[in-house]
Amino acid sequence: MPIKILVTAKRVEDYESKIKVNPAGNGILPDGLKYKINPFDEIGVEEALRLVAKHGGGEVVVVSVGTKDVHEQLRHALAMGATKAVWVNHTGPLDQMMIAGCLQKIIEKEKPDMAILGKQAIDDDQNQVGQYLAEWLGWSQATFASKEESLESEAEKSKTPALKLSADMKSLTAIREVDGGLETLECTMPCLVTTDLRLNQPRYASLPGIMKAKSKPIEEHTPASLGVSATSNITITKMEHPPARKAGIKVPDIAALVDKLKTEAKVI
Amino acid sequence: MSNVLIVVEAQPDGSLRKATLNAITAGKQIVAKTGGELHAVVLAKDAGALANTVKEYGVKVVHAGSAAHLTNFTADVVAPAGAEIATAIKAEFVGAAATQAGRDVMPRIAARLKAAMASEILGVVGSSGADLQFTRPMWAGAVIATVKLGTAIKCFTARTTEFPMAEKAGAGEVKAFAPAAPAKSLQKVVAFKEVKSARPALTEAKVVVSGGRGTKGDFKEIDALADELGAAVGASRAVCDAGWQPNDLQIGQTGKVVAPQLYIAAGISGAIQHIAGMKGSKTIVAINKDAEAPIFQVADYGLVADLFKALPELRAAVKAAK
Ligand SMILES: Cc1cc2nc3c(=O)[nH]c(=O)nc-3n(C[C@H](O)[C@H](O)[C@H](O)COP(=O)(O)OP(=O)(O)OC[C@H]3O[C@@H](n4cnc5c(N)ncnc54)[C@H](O)[C@@H]3O)c2cc1C
Ligand SMILES: Nc1ncnc2c1ncn2[C@@H]1O[C@H](COP(=O)(O)O)[C@@H](O)[C@H]1O
Repeated sequence: MPIKILVTAKRVEDYESKIKVNPAGNGILPDGLKYKINPFDEIGVEEALRLVAKHGGGEVVVVSVGTKDVHEQLRHALAMGATKAVWVNHTGPLDQMMIAGCLQKIIEKEKPDMAILGKQAIDDDQNQVGQYLAEWLGWSQATFASKEESLESEAEKSKTPALKLSADMKSLTAIREVDGGLETLECTMPCLVTTDLRLNQPRYASLPGIMKAKSKPIEEHTPASLGVSATSNITITKMEHPPARKAGIKVPDIAALVDKLKTEAKVI
Repeated sequence: MSNVLIVVEAQPDGSLRKATLNAITAGKQIVAKTGGELHAVVLAKDAGALANTVKEYGVKVVHAGSAAHLTNFTADVVAPAGAEIATAIKAEFVGAAATQAGRDVMPRIAARLKAAMASEILGVVGSSGADLQFTRPMWAGAVIATVKLGTAIKCFTARTTEFPMAEKAGAGEVKAFAPAAPAKSLQKVVAFKEVKSARPALTEAKVVVSGGRGTKGDFKEIDALADELGAAVGASRAVCDAGWQPNDLQIGQTGKVVAPQLYIAAGISGAIQHIAGMKGSKTIVAINKDAEAPIFQVADYGLVADLFKALPELRAAVKAAK
């Protein structure tokens, strides 16, 4: 039974970037920053592609909210294999309620069977959009989806999806990373999944995939055209770096280390 | 009056999670600024016993919502019941501890309340309700932002390491209520594979010994040192990805946040995503054979050495020093 899945692709600073606050303390300096698809979203695209491959085809619709720069991330998802890209054109703060509101409208139009988002965007580190969206849609939610097997297992090498759909597609079983272990959650479809790091190892886009993605159309909307208010409910009034830890020392050997831990730090 | 509601994470066995006490302290800090009342809500199959425990910690009213559909603390059922109480007591602030369960349910409660939310708050700043703001980490803690939420109701999760545990302070009142059952069940927990360990819980341990890719998956010496110190064992992402240790042991931006008295990192390079989860530790020791490893920038005591040689020596020395 073919399946249609909605995924997202937020544009974020590469995780290896050195983030520096600007002198005004109200934003970060753009110098030397590289931008990527949010790593958790890339995992979401990968999982969607695996599910489609396993269930006899279907569609993967990728959505991103932001300035025209997000076309880069949408094309990245298309190059991986997504079938359609949707851009919500918005300049300004990207707060979680606004994003969830836009995604809700797109989902109402596209009517996917399920949606897979990242658990958090690694710029804001909020970990909220999926849960807002699930509630507003009245869907089940499986946050922090993972898999039982490791990323070096045979199941991973053969690109088996970690999420399991029942034969009638009425329910989905997810393994979740919870405190103290792994939970198995059974959800009625449609379900909203958010990805954790170990759900899968995303594929590299193939060269033909990259070439094909370049010419694919990107559907455009705005918050206004979707009927979503673009005013942000979250105002950042200040940004600063956390205080640095005081410089430590190198100890020459274990004897010196144990002495410091006993007499100076008094922790053993 | 700006009331504050803390959503308590119910455990299957009805016990109190220490993280709840950290969240209660965050609630008290808000109440101290806004002058409202501190409430809590316990949602479980049988909420009474846990509500009676929570009421001892300086909470004015604990709402005990008992219902069969709350057997598991899942977001689909916790959100409507939590939002119901928030509305009934006219809460202006609704929060929970930033545990995995808190991270799962709190935004869904916020969604029901049309409330904006600040995740993983580190502190409460500002003088009164109207200009109350939260500090919270962004970009794996590279930046601390001060944020103001613009909705009538405001939600948060509190990072447990940043708020001390509330102490017992005069018993409040327990009010029972019966949360309405949802029209249909959306999700159910069918299994839980617990990571069993005789060691202290990672987020509560006074000492944590963590291993990274440098262990090549051999945790024998990490385990032995941890046992000598009565410590919990932690890991970097590389270790969990490889399946060498359970995911539950990952420390960092997207794993657990710990702040023990002593944190020992062996064979961990010190990526910002890892540092994000342990830099609040009182004393940090790093053992790495690469003198240039970034972990040394946050370590109080750094030892450039092969961990397979250093860890047994350290264990013997700790034992001798006892
Ligand atoms: C979205 C995202 C989220 C992430 N979240 C987290 C997170 O929550 N937690 C986390 O830890 N990481 C996280 N990471 C990964 C992080 O960026 C690093 O890749 C990871 O922390 C590296 O783990 P490591 O230090 O064990 O391995 P490496 O970086 O490979 O370091 C291994 C170290 O071991 C040393 N070594 C090797 N052999 C020996 C020996 N015999 N004796 C002593 N030292 C030795 C080496 O010198 C090296 O410094 C995240 C990454 C992304 C993209
Ligand atoms: N601007 C955006 N465009 C598309 N998806 C987004 C955007 N912001 C957040 N998301 C999705 O929501 C998830 C959680 O984000 P957050 O709640 O902001 O941490 C991300 O992993 C994305 O999948």
